[in-house]
Amino acid sequence: MNLFRSEEHITRWLRTRTPGATITVTKLCELAHEWWGDRVDPNWEPHTRDYNQAILDRLGLTDSFWNLSPVAPEP
Amino acid sequence: MDRRDVALRNVTYGLFVELGSAPTPTDVAPLLGLTPDEVWIGWQRLHDAHALVLQSHTRELRMANPFSAVPTAYRVFAADRWWYANCAWDAFGICAALHTDGRIEASCADCGDPITVHVRDAHPDDDGLLFHCVVPAVRWWDDIVFT
Repeated sequence: MNLFRSEEHITRWLRTRTPGATITVTKLCELAHEWWGDRVDPNWEPHTRDYNQAILDRLGLTDSFWNLSPVAPEP
Repeated sequence: MDRRDVALRNVTYGLFVELGSAPTPTDVAPLLGLTPDEVWIGWQRLHDAHALVLQSHTRELRMANPFSAVPTAYRVFAADRWWYANCAWDAFGICAALHTDGRIEASCADCGDPITVHVRDAHPDDDGLLFHCVVPAVRWWDDIVFT
């Protein structure tokens, strides 16, 4: 989970690695505020997986990369 | 995670922020009327529940996400002190968790050039930067330190 100057830097850094997902820091900051905003609340309650998935969905991170649940195998 | 463990987790996080660094079981124990051993056992349950992360070989915290208990390449100045974050996402998460503006000091993972991002009113001042994650979400906790 790294920062890069540009897409070109990501491409160079990946080399033999399998690419993951890229988002802008504006989107990352938005995600961070949704995900971590309550973490030092003295009355914090655990997030469910569905709750966290809903955060990702609201932000448009709906690609399978952002799926928190294992995909069920084909029957 | 039962009520007792949620309380332990919340006191641990509160103390982390108050101290500006990771508390020890001895720090946390008197706040909940527990022994340090009971805190440690509770932290192990919280580790298993992904509510915090312990060091593998010592009785210490490694992460109280988004905060890191150990030095990292992601430093954040927020709420009048420096913090370490576990990754780029967590760096922004520290500003979010503390509900404050901040300054993130990191570097481009490719070229190593320094990167500084100011967060003001929950928005970064440079949208030209990119974040890349190689581990799919479903596998983030397979090895959270690597992730």
